Amino acid sequence: MPVPDVAESFAGEVTRITLGATKEEGGTRTSTVTVGGARNVVYGGSVEDASAKPVIAMDVLDSKPGDWPDTLVEPYKDVLDSPGDWAKKCVEEFGAELVCIKFDGIHPDKADEDATHAVKVTEEVLKAVGVPLVLWGCGNDEKDNQVMPKVSQAAKGQKCLIGTVTEDNYKALTAIALADGHFLITAAPLDINIAKQVNILASDMGFPPERMVTFQATGALGYGIEYAYSIQERQRLAALSGDKMMAMPVICDVGYESWRAKEAKLADAPGWGDVKDRGPMWEATTAICLLQAGVDIIRMRHPKAVAAVKDFINQIWS
Amino acid sequence: MTRATGDELRKVVIMILIAERINGMFADVKQAIADKDKKVIQELAKKQTKAGAAYLDVNVGTAAADQEGTMQWLVETIQSTSGGCATPLCLDSQKPDVIAAGLKVVNAENGVILNSTPLNKKSDEEIFDKYLEMAEQAGPKASIITLTMDKNGVPQDIDTRVAIAAEIVSKAMEKGFDPQRLFIDPIVLPVKVPNAQVQPGNILAAMDQIRFLSDPPPHMTVGLSNISQGASERSLINRVFLAMAMSRGLDSAIADVFDENLMNVVATSDMLMNKQIYSDSFLKVYASVNK
Repeated sequence: MPVPDVAESFAGEVTRITLGATKEEGGTRTSTVTVGGARNVVYGGSVEDASAKPVIAMDVLDSKPGDWPDTLVEPYKDVLDSPGDWAKKCVEEFGAELVCIKFDGIHPDKADEDATHAVKVTEEVLKAVGVPLVLWGCGNDEKDNQVMPKVSQAAKGQKCLIGTVTEDNYKALTAIALADGHFLITAAPLDINIAKQVNILASDMGFPPERMVTFQATGALGYGIEYAYSIQERQRLAALSGDKMMAMPVICDVGYESWRAKEAKLADAPGWGDVKDRGPMWEATTAICLLQAGVDIIRMRHPKAVAAVKDFINQIWS
Repeated sequence: MTRATGDELRKVVIMILIAERINGMFADVKQAIADKDKKVIQELAKKQTKAGAAYLDVNVGTAAADQEGTMQWLVETIQSTSGGCATPLCLDSQKPDVIAAGLKVVNAENGVILNSTPLNKKSDEEIFDKYLEMAEQAGPKASIITLTMDKNGVPQDIDTRVAIAAEIVSKAMEKGFDPQRLFIDPIVLPVKVPNAQVQPGNILAAMDQIRFLSDPPPHMTVGLSNISQGASERSLINRVFLAMAMSRGLDSAIADVFDENLMNVVATSDMLMNKQIYSDSFLKVYASVNK
């Protein structure tokens, strides 16, 4: 009796996007990054059905972080004041294919920096590195609406990935991202129904779904990773079954979430192992776990964790 | 918290709507065929596509003298719609020669449905085999609508419907034809016919069993508007029956895609069956993704 073919096949596929505009496309990027395109679950189906290789976007903060643990400060200690040098270090020393500028410094509860500062940082980083950029607001709606449109304009035509827009705050950034030729991050708080709704709202404004990336919110190992995993998995299955409003590539924020965990940063913890290894391991484990659910871009922080995850990706997607 | 189950890991097929309006039984189409007026047909093709049709049914009706030539004219007319009409076609005729004529000119790249054949009939015991052969020749995306009907006619009871469907599926499998390329049509009869009111219930009961005939199951389709033939409140009858049938595994229907209330019932049923992820704009998104 012949062995039946039990491989699942799917009707739909995840959108494939290419971030970054080179000189030929009117930008100044020296490289581009293509992600998405999965036609099956991770490890499922034939090799041709796999997504493009997932990529890591290394975080660069617009202002010196005040609350980073020593392990995380160490690799960047000379550049924390200079986003341009920081980005350069990520690309040249740690092999970042994407740099994510996280505008924490504009938050009213933090440095409360203004748009002029944010634009300056954006220009510095654009000048310092040739990889495509992710431009990520501070999460305060009012401040993001003031600052991020200016950031978008400063990077006009570079095909950046900019965000985030939410169900309650999407109009300003969606409009400017569309005008400036960027890709858009639509965000939801671990809620698949809201995630779909944000995508619909943004597309109703004329923003093409083919230029969106979804952020479902991330939970780190030990801090809700199972919720994040399930939602990523559910989105991926919906995409594969042909739901075009769920077919976007996915970004997750592993760096920030992992380094909030006390297990990643508590130095005085006998029996937990060396804190210098523990943090990067926490971050790498979170990333590798989420990769199985189907994610395309991972924001990360520690170079050791980045190296470990890149190694994993290269082994699986080769 | 939402966790994907084994069932969700399967390919989820959303409702496959076959738009019914390009049919010579409708006066405007009949006239267009007589006048060779392409515009009427092409407008219907465009509008039905926009309304959410996955396939366009093409039926020459009874008026045309040259049915084969008319089928070819309709297919070519639809395919030459200005701005293009890539919506696959569902060639609708009880005569294999008319379907074969349509197949000669159809673009089957995006799929084509041969509509329809019984399991067998008195005048042609091998009719289903002919359809299988035609579908194979038409390419890997060609499907067949098969009626749960044989040489004894349309069965009135549940068991005979299921038995015929089982025979259809096993015959297809024997010939190496993927059951997922079959659309089983359990034959909907008008509810407003003396003693026919038991039929909708029988059909639903038959569907309950047909969906387990293979794994993954064959598609199931119905000529939806038949159920309300001659009745009042046609649209209401159509859409309530559609919701009931979708809950039993119906995943296709030949229907009036211009009936917005009907389309909303399809979207809502798909959502309630967890085939579409809920969002506050679920009606709107259904309309947009099906374009």
